This record gives sequence, structure tokens and C-alpha cells, in this order.
Amino acid sequence: MKYVIIGNSAAAVGAVEAIRKLDTEGSITLISSEAYHTYSRPLISYLLQGRTDEQRMKYRGDDFYEKNGVEAMLNTTVSAIDPRKKEVSTADGKTIPYDKLLVATGSKPFVPPMSGLEDVPNRFTFMSLDDAHALEQALGPQARVLIIGAGLIGLKCAEGIADKVGSITVVDLADRILPSILDEAGSAMMQSHIESHGIAFRLSDSVKAFTPDTATLQSGEVIGFDILVIAVGVRPNTELVKEAGGEVRRGIVTDLHCATTLPDVWAAGDCTESLDITTGQERILALLPNAYMQGECAGINMAGGEKLYDHAIPMNAIGFFDLHIITAGSYMGVSTVTEGEATYKRLVVDDNRLVGYILIGAVERAGIYTSLIRNKTPLDTIDFELIKEKPQLMAFSKVERLRQLGGIKQ
Amino acid sequence: MKRVYVNEKWCLGCHLCEYNCAFANSGCDDMVKALKNITINPRIRIEEKGNVSFAVSCRHCDEPLCVKGCITGALTVDQDGVITINQDKCVGCFTCILSCPYGAIMPSSTGHAIQKCELCINNAGGEPACVKGCPNRAIVFEERSEEA
Repeated sequence: MKYVIIGNSAAAVGAVEAIRKLDTEGSITLISSEAYHTYSRPLISYLLQGRTDEQRMKYRGDDFYEKNGVEAMLNTTVSAIDPRKKEVSTADGKTIPYDKLLVATGSKPFVPPMSGLEDVPNRFTFMSLDDAHALEQALGPQARVLIIGAGLIGLKCAEGIADKVGSITVVDLADRILPSILDEAGSAMMQSHIESHGIAFRLSDSVKAFTPDTATLQSGEVIGFDILVIAVGVRPNTELVKEAGGEVRRGIVTDLHCATTLPDVWAAGDCTESLDITTGQERILALLPNAYMQGECAGINMAGGEKLYDHAIPMNAIGFFDLHIITAGSYMGVSTVTEGEATYKRLVVDDNRLVGYILIGAVERAGIYTSLIRNKTPLDTIDFELIKEKPQLMAFSKVERLRQLGGIKQ
Repeated sequence: MKRVYVNEKWCLGCHLCEYNCAFANSGCDDMVKALKNITINPRIRIEEKGNVSFAVSCRHCDEPLCVKGCITGALTVDQDGVITINQDKCVGCFTCILSCPYGAIMPSSTGHAIQKCELCINNAGGEPACVKGCPNRAIVFEERSEEA
């Protein structure tokens, strides 16, 4: 059996580890356009912050490829998939045949057309290790930084460089920060916390035009900058599958086995759409844990096993300046909100199930809530009033606790 | 594999397991010096309500959501099935706290990494300290075949 994997991040690694549990004989070729050993993309902000380094941010150990019998073709870009001949071709003219192919191509920063943008010399995106290296070169204690985008990427970037630059201003068209994961109250709380660390926001506004070192906003304000970071969003890398004739909507369409519509071609990670069980919708859930588990599911199926990817939910754990956020699920339902000094909690219930939550500040044991969502636990089978106070196993029945904590001898 | 199991029927709610855990992981060989005047941050935690109490620590799951979800690769399963944390690699994003269905992972005292039960394999060794010190054998360390 000849496995080929396009990609070198969480989904690809998940697939390698899963394949090797079932098939120690087949060959695995992993092709990556980046030149690096597999690394954790979300750590690039921690790298700039000095809280990790390039050795520690490797997603798996130095012996990962060797140990798993993977031929890693790094610094090699796949240019086409031929599903009829079952081979992929690379930009440097190689042809690699496959029996089973995984597309784990991830996503790329989206840079919308903006007037004058091409004339800005110091402009960056913030997604890859190369992006981080390039940005790091430009940093300096006097530098004025303008970040376009108050989402996860833009704000992690801001945190990562806050101590290394003179000033940071973040502009976003939305009227609040982190709108993809927070509600209005949560956004407001995080905004004032991040502002207290010297970061300025211009919300409900956008850039009308750039000169090489100024941005004129729609409101008329002119902001001077030395460094521009574009972090408005990401787009899935779907071209290879699309051009090969596979179905693509916003992301690559996959079934519950993580198979694409092309025979013997699977897809996993940020380039795909998958089923969000909290809404029943197919959507892109561009999150590292999901990418790993999707890759794992694909790998099991590629190696002849049977596994469904049917527990995916949106979920995020992220912190800014030591204030932590954990969120999961959907916020469509009846909410209970508890606010404290520096804490915020929203639990969302629909049809006797917990469907979503937001925790800020106090995130202890959040996974107990996550499991209620993932398992669609009927809330009338637990002491919901108790678990609303804080996540705890005490809220489960004694029998369930005995099962969870292993009191039942087989 | 041998795991830590709790039997809430026998738990006295004495919290000794928490103190023994904190001591075992303190790197100190004097319990008084290790624990005096500090707020302990143990890897095993007692839940209690009314006359029910029980200890919760890592289950060392066969399908560990914390390991699969770990964004850094700092959480791994060793050859014996023990889930361990490389705190040097961990950046404290708390994705594992988001993932663990038992609430058995918590921030370390620095706040910039997590900590969890490693069955005392990375400290003094031998039998887990919580088990060794449990006065009523409400916490045991043994091999059981678990439900999937």
C-alpha cells in the first residue's frame, strides 16, 4: 500500500500516527511546500513573545518521520492531483503515484484588495513560521504597528509582539473583537483587558486607502505605521481537489469518513468542511484539535479501518495577557450568564442539551462542559443546577461516576 | 495498564491525597518544608457535597482527547500508556482543559503550562503517592479491564 499525504501539520500528523497503528508495512510519502519539520502553527505568536523556540515548537520529535517510516518531501509543492492515474505531480516536475491520498493542505491568509496596499513595503501576514521570521526582522522598540483584523490571529499577533514594539493599533470592520468565538459581553471584557496592555482598537472601521506608511480609515482618521499586519481571515487551500474534479464548497467537501468525492482521496484539517454536530451544518472548523482528529479518522479509513468523524464541534482555548477564554459549541438557545469580578460564564441550553458555553477568567475543568455538548447528554439525567455553578462530576449519577472513575470492576 | 481508581464509598473526604500529591511533586524531601504556608496545587482533587466525596485525577484514557488536541505536542502517551506532560514545551493554551471530560488537567502554578497526574512516574516513583497515603483505601492503583 502506498500512502501519500499532502501537508505537514496537525491533520497530516494525525493521519500518519493512525495509519501506523494499522499498517506498519505500507509506504508513506508526505509532501510539504514548507521546508520545516512539522511545527505547531499557533505557536508562532509564542515564538515572537519568547515563550517557546523553534526546537520546542516542533509538533512532533525530531525522529517523527524516521520512527514512522515516512518519506518526507519537504520544500516541495504539489501542483496537481490526477485521480484517474492515481498520482500527484509536483512543481519541480516529479510524479508520485498513490493508492490512498490525503489532502491536508490547510489554509492561507486572505488578503483583500485594498487601495495602496501594494505600495506598503513592511506588510505581513501571520500564519506560518516564515511569516513570523519576516515580521520579527521588522520589529523594533519604536515601531508603530497596525494590525487589520481583531480576530484570533490578529490579536495573538498583537500579544506576541506587544513588548517588542512602540505601539499597536488594531482595526476591524466588526463592532467588537473576537466575534467568531465570543458574544458581545465577552468581547467587551476581553477588549478592555487587552486595551489595558496598551493595545488600541478602531472598531466598526476599515481602511479606505494606504500610503507606504499611513492608513486612512473610512471614518477619516489617518493612522501612521511602520509595520502592517493583515489578519482579516484565512481561506482553505482547495484548489488541488477542485482542479482534480472533486466537490468543493467553501472548503473541500468530505463525508463522515473524511473521504472526498474523488475515489481514494481523503481530506482533513483546515482545508475541509465537516459536520458541526451542534448545528448540524457542514462548515469549516479550522481548529488544530479537530484537524488532528480528522486526520486520524482519515488515516484509519485509508488503512482499511472503520472510523467516523462525527463528534466535531467548534471549540477554542485561547488566552491574551494571562486572561483565558474557553468556548465551545453554538450560542443558539437559552442562555444563563454569570459575571464576576474578572470572570464571565455563559451556558447555552437547547432542547434539554447543553449546546455551547463561553468561559472567561475561570476556565477550570471546562472539558466537563465540553463533554456534555459532545455527548449530547440529556440535562435531565444530571444535576444541571449543580453543574451550572461549576463543572463537576458530582452532577452525574452515582452509577455514571462509578463508570467514569472506574469503580466498576469487570 | 495499572490506573488509579477511586471508590467514593470509602472516601472520607480527608484531602490527604491532595497533600500527598503536592508533596510528591514538590521535589522536596520534607513534607512540612514542602507544604508549609503554601496554597497547594495538587493533580488530584477531591469533589465533595453533603456526605459524598471522591477524588478525581487523570484517567489515562485509551483515546485521550487531551493528547489528540494538544497544539504543541507537549502531551504524549508513553510506552506504558501513561499520559505525560512536557512542561517545557507546553505554552499553557489550555486546549487540554477544554478537552478533558473529567476535568483532570489544571494550570501549573506558573499559569504558563498545565499539570496533570503522571502516576508518580516522574517524581519519587513507585506507587502513586495519593494511593500510598489514602487511609481508607478509597484510592487504589490496579489493573482493571475497562469499558470502552
